[in-house]
Amino acid sequence: MKFPSPSSADAVVALNNVTRKFGAKTVLNGVSLYVPRGSVFGLVGENGAGKTTLIKHILGLLRAEGGTVRVFDMDPVRSPVETLGRIGYLSEQPDLPGWMRVDELLRYSQAFYPRWDAAYAEDMRAKFGLNPAQRIKTLSKGQQAKAGLLIAQAHRPELLLLDEPSSGLDPLVRRDILEAVIRTVADEGRTVFFSSHLLEEIERVSDHIAMLHHGKLAWCGPLDEIKAQHRFFTLRFADAQATPPVLAGARCFSGLGREWSVIGNGHRQELPLSAAAAGAEIVAERAPSLHEIFVAYAGGSGA
Amino acid sequence: MQIHISATDGVPIYMQIVRQVKQLAATGRLAPGEEIPPIRALAETLVVNPNTVARAYLELERAGIVTKRQGSGTYLSAAPSPLSRREKLKALAERADALLVEAGHLDVALEDVVTLVRERAASFQTIAKK
Repeated sequence: MKFPSPSSADAVVALNNVTRKFGAKTVLNGVSLYVPRGSVFGLVGENGAGKTTLIKHILGLLRAEGGTVRVFDMDPVRSPVETLGRIGYLSEQPDLPGWMRVDELLRYSQAFYPRWDAAYAEDMRAKFGLNPAQRIKTLSKGQQAKAGLLIAQAHRPELLLLDEPSSGLDPLVRRDILEAVIRTVADEGRTVFFSSHLLEEIERVSDHIAMLHHGKLAWCGPLDEIKAQHRFFTLRFADAQATPPVLAGARCFSGLGREWSVIGNGHRQELPLSAAAAGAEIVAERAPSLHEIFVAYAGGSGA
Repeated sequence: MQIHISATDGVPIYMQIVRQVKQLAATGRLAPGEEIPPIRALAETLVVNPNTVARAYLELERAGIVTKRQGSGTYLSAAPSPLSRREKLKALAERADALLVEAGHLDVALEDVVTLVRERAASFQTIAKK
């Protein structure tokens, strides 16, 4: 079996220097990113980093104030029908009509999508254990998320767009959502773009990642490259440090007294030199987890 | 084939799959010639990106642990791995270092570590015979 290599493929979503302000607050600041066809693209960032705003630009719900947004090489604001028809979207809180029954919701949603696959929808309904006669408003939060996921997927969209899909859900429902992501990308090289603050999930299923921090991209690229560009070091200083030490080539994120953990950037030589200059010894070095890289950028100090 | 993935310790996921398949092969939990799951099935079971599983299988194939048969799946190799003895020892040296560092911290003597390794090897053979 062959899966398409994202590096050689064209971009399903292309953001070029996108800027957006809400009042005086700059929510997106010069964001450029490309989502390769056939990739699972994970977007991470703290609450309020601009993830949902970015996703609304891809959906054409917001117009870029600066820069350009292209989805399937079209402007999603000018061509909403052509782009939205090829996207499956699940938001953090799916806005489903509560008075409908599950079977009514399926028939209603089917009308919007010419490429709706009724057999596939029925498969998922059975797998998710959704009772066709039950009213949406009486479904649990997890079941509502599954119903939202079913609708997002049943027309086999080229791009599955998930905004914090696992937020507040139990591990079993989260697993169903992640399995849907895997199935989507394993099927005919369709593309998934999803935001999450569950870094373990992102690391498992993504092959491309980007981190938004205060509206700017902290980093963006293939997961392997992002991980290879960072190293986790434990430094031991000659004297106890009262505040996180600032070292060239590294971001410090935790520590106490003489021992501090830092994430070093790709320049292998820079941190050992600056550590030596600060009178610190490297006592351990290893590959960092995505979580550690994230914390170093979100809360750490340094350059 | 039981594999456990952890995304918290920094070890790349494809490497975790490679190591665990090697371990299952070494302990006899996977028998020579036995079929291993298709990429997509394992990706869905482990909830990891299919490309990650594909990469792990490629590494295992290069190392001679598994063999791909055209159009019919991937199987544990019948022949022993073609790695040279030197390469094998080099691959193990890092793990041995980690063990010795840990033993040093816990103040366990070298002879006791060697005895422990022998005991573990004996229990591996017991599992393999079952």
